[in-house]
Amino acid sequence: MIEANTPLLRLLRTYWPLVMLSLGLLIIVAIVDSSGDVILAQTLIEGLVRIVIVAALYLFIGNSGIISFGHIGFVMIGAYATAWQTCCPYTREMFMPGLPVYLLNNSHHFVLAIFLGGLLAAVVALISGYAIMRLSGIAASIGTFALMMVFYSIYLRWSTWTSGASSVIGLPTTTTPWVGYAYAVVAIVGAFLYSRSKWGLALRSSRDDEVAAKAAGVNVFGQRLLAFVVSAFFCGMAGGLFGHFLGMLTVDSFGLGMTFITLSMLVLGGMQSLTGAVVGVVVLSFLIDILRRLENGMVSGLNLPTSSAEVFVGIVIILILMFRQSGITGNQEVYWPFKGDVSASSAMKRQS
Amino acid sequence: MDFAIQTIISALSFGSFYALGALGIGLLFSVLRLINFAHGDFITLGGYALIVPSSAVVAAALIGGFHPVLVIVIIVAFVVILALLTYFLIFQYVQNSSPATMMIVSFALGYTLQNIVVMIYGGRPKAVNLFPELTGQVQLSDGVGVQILQLVIIAVTWILLIALVLFFRRTRAGVQMRAAAEDFRMARMLGVRGKRLIALAFILSGALAGIMSLLFVTQKGVLTFEMGVPIMLFFFIATVIGGMGSLVGAVVGGYAVGIASVVLSAVLPEDIRPFRDACVFLIVIIVLLWRPQGLVLKKASQERV
Repeated sequence: MIEANTPLLRLLRTYWPLVMLSLGLLIIVAIVDSSGDVILAQTLIEGLVRIVIVAALYLFIGNSGIISFGHIGFVMIGAYATAWQTCCPYTREMFMPGLPVYLLNNSHHFVLAIFLGGLLAAVVALISGYAIMRLSGIAASIGTFALMMVFYSIYLRWSTWTSGASSVIGLPTTTTPWVGYAYAVVAIVGAFLYSRSKWGLALRSSRDDEVAAKAAGVNVFGQRLLAFVVSAFFCGMAGGLFGHFLGMLTVDSFGLGMTFITLSMLVLGGMQSLTGAVVGVVVLSFLIDILRRLENGMVSGLNLPTSSAEVFVGIVIILILMFRQSGITGNQEVYWPFKGDVSASSAMKRQS
Repeated sequence: MDFAIQTIISALSFGSFYALGALGIGLLFSVLRLINFAHGDFITLGGYALIVPSSAVVAAALIGGFHPVLVIVIIVAFVVILALLTYFLIFQYVQNSSPATMMIVSFALGYTLQNIVVMIYGGRPKAVNLFPELTGQVQLSDGVGVQILQLVIIAVTWILLIALVLFFRRTRAGVQMRAAAEDFRMARMLGVRGKRLIALAFILSGALAGIMSLLFVTQKGVLTFEMGVPIMLFFFIATVIGGMGSLVGAVVGGYAVGIASVVLSAVLPEDIRPFRDACVFLIVIIVLLWRPQGLVLKKASQERV
């Protein structure tokens, strides 16, 4: 069909997955936004925030092969850091009396606050990753898990800064569908560019064979640390978005439940592809939305018992891991649908 | 002095409980490289099996009202069958995957089991009065009172430990299981039947979980669908600290965690005490970095290329 091998086309082909994913999301957002369904809009925003998280998870897990149970800790750090800057100027001192004077008296713009929240998460990731990224395999997964529990129990008890076990209420709900979309695209672009970079390539080589990668001169520890920090940055931003979506924060919502749901989305889509990350979020969010409606009896004649959605998600994940570990997408990216230069497409394959 | 004795007994009973849990996880890890996050939920389900399935607020005892011996037998059998089912329906299909993948599977299993409980019994806590005679106090000497249950937990643990030691030393299956824990592939090559052995590990692990659910429900007196999660986290810490796959290590780790958490809450200064859990998890990370194979080393514990 398209025979010409112009530079522009080659560029389009290189970034084809990126174009398709952002267009696909754009269509979904536009449809939901114009439908006026309030519940669906909520699902949509939550889904877009989760895309940021899952894309960040892909960035680390997909490229390093280390399954991290700790990234929700970074989401939480980002969420609270953003709340310190934007939440409820009049009652901030009541919820979080321990904040330094500057934060008590000043508010930052939403975008700046989210960026700084991501930055704090990245700094924490740099410090903790400096220790944990030395581990390999299952020990590294356990390390990230323990890290999550450390963050969780500290934030739960650090009540002068986080309101502890009760919640911080009154964050401005600035995360609209289009804001969510913008950040989702930013995260997808970031994860894609990283995977295509020389650092992404080096990290993937260590995923496939750690010893061989070391022998070829890859600094495995350094590459893992880099990916850990970058993905923590996106997770931190997602946390800020999440807080400004719900309008409130509780430490409890950043626990094992969120860890499980986001990991499930990545596993469902296909752990080693960015397309898989996005597809997993979209499919699972959509299914959960339908099941919730059935649970609440919104469709006459069908009334599922409570927590059907959770049971369903659990069973789907078990089945996927039993019978199709490469997920829905089979760990592939969106492919170029046109016939064209064979050498270029085989080079692409070698890259991924 | 009285305070010290009470603290020691309390630490020992916590440690015993954690040691049993860590052993249940260690048994599976040693033959299957599986960190079973659903272990805590096996305990939860064992507890819920005591009562009539309904979402009513007041729990009516079903099995819990039977003769004590019958209660123990039925609950242990129930959890053993549950554990075996998870092996034959789920885990045998993923046993060749990476440990981290199996970890997600067990995570998903635990999540599913919890929500099945919510589906059947509802999400509210339920009060259950099991073996009420055990929750009373006994006077050891003047002013030193201990809960009978704490002594029972310690005694039950030691009986089980001695039984397990005899099993591992004296029986054929026990020796095979120790061989498999050292090197599963080599053991299979020498004629150990892998599948049967793994099933046996699930049976033992399930039996431990069943006994623990009785102990736990007696102590708490209340059932919640999430009650398995926090204790599971402590078993998990104990397994990691003791050295994954080492059964002696699991017991040592269990006692270490139990004693450490009781001692830390007694000793830590007032400002830091709320952060006890964070300290415990920090210790896990330090142990991982310092001795990735745990405190108790196995013979063949280096990860080979």
